[in-house]
Amino acid sequence: MGDLFTLPVLLGIIYYGIRFATPYLFAAIGETFAQRSGVLNLGVEGMMLMGAYTGFYVAATSGNLWAGLLAAAIVGGLMGLLMAVISVTFQATQGISGIGLHILGLGLSTLLFTTTMTGVATIIGFPSIRIPLLGDIPYIGDILFNHNVLVYTAFLLVPISNWILYKTTFGLQVRAVGQSPQAADTLGVSVKKIRYITVTLGGVLAGIAGASLSIALINVFQENLTNGMGFIAVALVYFGAWRPYGVLLGSLLFSFVNAFQQWVQLKGVAIPADVAVMMPYILTIVVLAFSARRSTKPAALTKKFERGEA
Amino acid sequence: MPMPDESGVKKFLDRSFDALLPLLAAPFAFLIGGIILLALNVDPLKAYGVMITGALGDVSGITQTLVRATPLLLVALGIVIAFRGGVLNIGGEGQLVMGAIATTALVLWLESWPGWILMILSMLAGAAAGAVWGGIPGLLRARLGVSENLSTIMMNAIAAQFANFLLVGPLMDPLQREMGTFLPESSRIPKSVWLYRPIPQASLHIGFFIALILALLVYIFLWRTSIGYRIRAVGLNPAASRYAGINVPHYEALALTLGGMFAGLAGSFEILGVHHKLLQYLSSGYGFSGIVVALFGNLHPLGAIPASILFGGLLVGGDKMQRAVQVPSALITTISGLVVLFVVSSVILTERRARRRKIHG
Repeated sequence: MGDLFTLPVLLGIIYYGIRFATPYLFAAIGETFAQRSGVLNLGVEGMMLMGAYTGFYVAATSGNLWAGLLAAAIVGGLMGLLMAVISVTFQATQGISGIGLHILGLGLSTLLFTTTMTGVATIIGFPSIRIPLLGDIPYIGDILFNHNVLVYTAFLLVPISNWILYKTTFGLQVRAVGQSPQAADTLGVSVKKIRYITVTLGGVLAGIAGASLSIALINVFQENLTNGMGFIAVALVYFGAWRPYGVLLGSLLFSFVNAFQQWVQLKGVAIPADVAVMMPYILTIVVLAFSARRSTKPAALTKKFERGEA
Repeated sequence: MPMPDESGVKKFLDRSFDALLPLLAAPFAFLIGGIILLALNVDPLKAYGVMITGALGDVSGITQTLVRATPLLLVALGIVIAFRGGVLNIGGEGQLVMGAIATTALVLWLESWPGWILMILSMLAGAAAGAVWGGIPGLLRARLGVSENLSTIMMNAIAAQFANFLLVGPLMDPLQREMGTFLPESSRIPKSVWLYRPIPQASLHIGFFIALILALLVYIFLWRTSIGYRIRAVGLNPAASRYAGINVPHYEALALTLGGMFAGLAGSFEILGVHHKLLQYLSSGYGFSGIVVALFGNLHPLGAIPASILFGGLLVGGDKMQRAVQVPSALITTISGLVVLFVVSSVILTERRARRRKIHG
């Protein structure tokens, strides 16, 4: 166990931990808005897959990464809008509508990928940008200030969304709608409008989360590329007690455990690789078990709202 | 809930309309699937034609359809029970895998035992393993308030990894090791425990017929026993059930456990009746397809029977379509997703009609 934690190994784990927190952050922050307004969107995974495919396809065919990112955001937003129509206007059971969107996204992204993209294996994604001065600090510069633009954006999103949720009128409305839709409605806040906005925004961010994988982090697309990340992102919202900084903590923790696990796998140390892969999931269940009763869940989460009801 | 007075005929027609409503989802989903096919430059009629003849055109197609319908029906029964108890079981995938693992491990461990005893024991082991895998989220929900939406999904991932671990470790076929091929597969289970196949040259096994009987038993359980009645009461109105003295978390956990049991049995049948050894990616999405089947069957155990055969046919037909006209079978997944979305969206129609009935009596 002596050479298990040499400095370069540790730095590597931290670097990858930060880098791969990106998709979780985008997706989970978006889901935070949706859940704060009372909508549980379990379809994040499917939206991420569609975003990942669209981003990859557009970037590969147009040669423009930004166009790919924009397209992924739009497709994610459309999926979010669909979720909003189904769960807000049609008042469908949210858990199942999310599963429907997941299955749709999984099927459609695979279908489109296998029919439109033969031969494109990988693309050159967003390059790393070393931030001047900060990037030159020994060790820390490499770990923290030498990432691509989407990684920085994901982390910047945390204080921004925290500000939106707690310091703006819109944020107050979102929280009110999720806590007590009847009261919000009485005060003239349109419950439906707010939920449409948050769920669509959640879709946009889920689309970007998927694209961050396919055009910035691993730069490939394949069937079921996200492999459960979208579901983890939903869990991270619970984990983070519906607060952006809590989500940040959860994303980092999860991503670090994952980076550590991958390194263990590479090294083939005492723990079998597949047992190591289980660690993040077991950790999530344990954390959910400890936090479920204590955290303050939005009171109206998963509850449908209709004027004139109780 | 007191029912308003209605003439029997009108009531029957109303009920039938509500029961058949999900069926309307299928044409819509196929229509959109057809538009996607057109966009991909494939003749939808030809593609769907290949699909239908592939799934139902000959004995081989029909029996394959029923083979695929078996795990779908069992998983869907589990989802129906959970859903009637007011909980959503997204963990069918993991429960099925755990059932398959337990069955394989037990058979390989007690290989020398008499065939039929071992077969029954290994089915029970599979059902028990699935029940444990569904029971853990149930317990977590009942005791600690953990949402089963999330825990069941995590349990899926853990089960998949556990299977991978076993297949490259303790359960890997020793021959693979000797020959140096290292395929992640277990040894074959002895022929004496294979499920009986009534039709020569066809893959249909008696697991399908057992599943049919179980669907009937689930119906009797939910509508004709007091435990089943309480499960449904908890699902319909948890607050009222609590006032009536029903221990709500207890019955929610029970519904998840029973749901897991059926998915575990599905895994058991996949081993004893189809693959005869443990493989990677055994479940191939049955956990999610089971949700589609349960919804399409109107969340009724007997409705799940035709729904599972329909979706079993889609899976078989989809594979044939992929080979014949090069349309990826992911089209089937896409259509399934659309079916779910249409079905859940249509529920509001049923509810509105019910409310109107209440008002107008």
